Formats: sequence, C-alpha cells, structure tokens
Amino acid sequence: MNTPVIATNALTKRYGPHAALTDVTLDIPAGRIVGLVGPNGAGKSTLLALAAGLIRPTSGTVEVLGNRPAADAEQLARVGFVAQDTPVYAQLTVADHLKLGEKLNPRWDPGLAEERLRQTGLDPAKKAGRLSGGQRAQLALTLAAAKRPELLIFDEPVAALDPLARRSFLQSLMEFVADMDVSVVLSSHLIADVERVCDHLVILAESRVQVAGEIDDLTAAHHRIVGPRGSLDELPAGVQVIAAEHTPRQSTLVVHDTTGGRLDLPGAEPIGLEDMVLTYLHRAEGPAAPILQETAR
Amino acid sequence: MIDFHLEPRSGVAPYMQLVHQVQQALRLGMLTVGDQLPTVKQVVAKVAINPNTVLKAYRELERQGLVAPKPGRGTFVTATLAGDDLDAHAALRAGLDQWIARARAAGLADDAIRALFDTTMRRTAQEP
Repeated sequence: MNTPVIATNALTKRYGPHAALTDVTLDIPAGRIVGLVGPNGAGKSTLLALAAGLIRPTSGTVEVLGNRPAADAEQLARVGFVAQDTPVYAQLTVADHLKLGEKLNPRWDPGLAEERLRQTGLDPAKKAGRLSGGQRAQLALTLAAAKRPELLIFDEPVAALDPLARRSFLQSLMEFVADMDVSVVLSSHLIADVERVCDHLVILAESRVQVAGEIDDLTAAHHRIVGPRGSLDELPAGVQVIAAEHTPRQSTLVVHDTTGGRLDLPGAEPIGLEDMVLTYLHRAEGPAAPILQETAR
Repeated sequence: MIDFHLEPRSGVAPYMQLVHQVQQALRLGMLTVGDQLPTVKQVVAKVAINPNTVLKAYRELERQGLVAPKPGRGTFVTATLAGDDLDAHAALRAGLDQWIARARAAGLADDAIRALFDTTMRRTAQEP
C-alpha cells in the first residue's frame, strides 16, 4: 500500500489556448481521504477526469495506483469514479442499476450493495429519475462502493445536496471507508466538509496547485502574525509569506513555515483551515478573488 | 458510552475536539475506568468524520494514559480525571466569579474580559 494513489509529474491539460491544468506535480499517499478544493474553473474536475482516465494529458504524466489511468479492465475495476451531479440512468430502477453494476464489474460485491440499499432505505423498484438528489448520491455511492475499488474519486459529491442529505452522504461514505481499505479523493468547495472528513488537502487555483499536504501538518505550519509596521520585514529563513496587509501602523502576515520546526515569533497565531485556504485562493487570483461558498447555514 | 460532536468553526483540530470531549467526560464522571469508547465505525457513522481522525484521537488518549485498546474488543477507559480535580473546580470557579465581578466593576466589557483572559492564557502557556 505504499504506491501513491495518484502521482502526477508536470501534468498539464490545455483546451486550445486555455490552460485547464498547469504543471501539476503531486504525490498523494494511499489510505487518505483527500480534499481537492478551489473555486469553479480552477481545474478540479480536469484533474479528477485525468485520474479517472476520461481524458488524456496534453503533457506530463499521471499514474493512479501505479498504473496509467483506465489502462485496462483490471485498472478500471480498481478505481470508482462518480462524476459531478451523480449521474444515473433515469429510466432504470435502483435494482436495475445494481444488476448492471454486477454485470459490468468483475469484483462486484452483491452483499455489500444490498446491505447498503437496506441501510439507506432506497426502494429497489423506484426509477432512478424519481430519486431525490440525496438518494441519487447514495445510489451512486452504493454502485461505486460495491465495485470494491481501491480508490474512490468523487467530483463535487455533495455540492447539490441540502445540508441533511449532505451529512447523511458523508456519514455513509465515512462508514464505508472505516470498513474497507479504500482511499478517497473528493473535490468540494465546502471547506467545513473538507475539514470534517479529509486528512489530506490539495488547494487548486488558476489551474495550478497552490499547496498540498496532510491537513494537520498544513494547519500547524501556517500562522497569522500581527505586529507593528516594519517589525515583520525580516523573517527567518524558510518562512514564506503567503499574504501581507499593512496599515500605517500595523502589518498582518499569513506565513507558511516550511522549516518543520516551531515558529518562534511574537504575535504568531495559528490560522484555521478555512482562512488558510482563502489566503491561498486570494493570492492566486488577486484581490478580486471570488469568496468561496461557505458552509450552508 | 458517550457521543461525540464536532464544532467545525472552533479552530480546534477535529481530533483534538474528540480528545477534549473524552477528557471532559472523564472530568465530569460521565466516563469511568472500564467504560468502552465508541468504535471507530460508530463514531464516523454518527459524526461523519474521517476514521483516521478518530484513530488519531484514540492514540492521543492512549498516549495520555487515559485509555487502552483491547485487541478485537475496542478501546477502554483506564484512568479517570474526576475526583480531586473536580473538587478543585468549585474553589476555582468561586475565585473566577470574584475576579469577573472585579473586572466588570473596573468597567471592562465582557469582550475585553475574554480578550484579557485569552491573552494571559496564551502568554502563560508560552512561558516555560
């Protein structure tokens, strides 16, 4: 299990003159739940589609579980991918979906699929087109889980769901992860959800990776420093300034301490995950950056 | 058995929130020696958090000598924080009541009192 679930090197995807993904080099370890965050158009879906093998890179490389994405039937069976808006076949019933899944997937686990249907209360006779958004997401998760994949990829699984459906989807997903030896990569712009379920973070903005790492390490290494103007002009080596704001009297910095030690500066405070993410997004997009959608209240 | 919850905007890492909740339950006597903590699967199914977060919290509690895993059976409480500590609470709370009253009498608003408390906590935490 030491093969990275996703490893990319200088991965780039262009659509004509438009760069969807630029020079992305990532090493995502196995056994994690990875949150891919960033504003719309940052390249999240492009990265996930590359990992799922739905599109090919313009340049650079991507490996999933040590192989080329979608290289063969074996590789396809190892990865479960759920696209944005959890597409299902509207005219088919829930039971039909399970039958299809059983026919199409060599490692299909019918017991797991039925058990999950029972837990989620999905009616097998109901047509998928008549399911609510939350039920559709649960069906998609059931199908992806019963494949028994080593890696599950979700593109914005909860974006369209109401808070209750979102929570119950995440509960089901976490229960599945606790049961199985599975890695998960999911994109989201709901930072509160990412903080809840993810332990590894990739921040994507303007088609580039801004920062990536274990969430606990990242939050421990990022600080906000407030001090009198001019007192913060010189920082120890290895301390990178992500954002700086000045008033005539006061300077406020957000810094990333890359030394791995303990930052010993007066006025340094830990910074929460949400502020850290927003700081990177603002840096990437300039002061006119759109504010990330916060958790639904 | 205790229930966990998560406060996403508290700024406290999720695994530490679980650690604090167990410590709090131990202090208040809601958990005692021999009690079982919820299994990882029970916690993630209820709170919708990463299983690794629960494991990390349980490892931290183990490091603090408060719980121990029994292979195949679960994680059990091995020490308590109630007792002397709980008795001390009452005296400390009375002292704090008086201190807050003095601060208010001196004209401090509640926000100012909290800020003073927080900065003092941080300052004393940083001192060796």
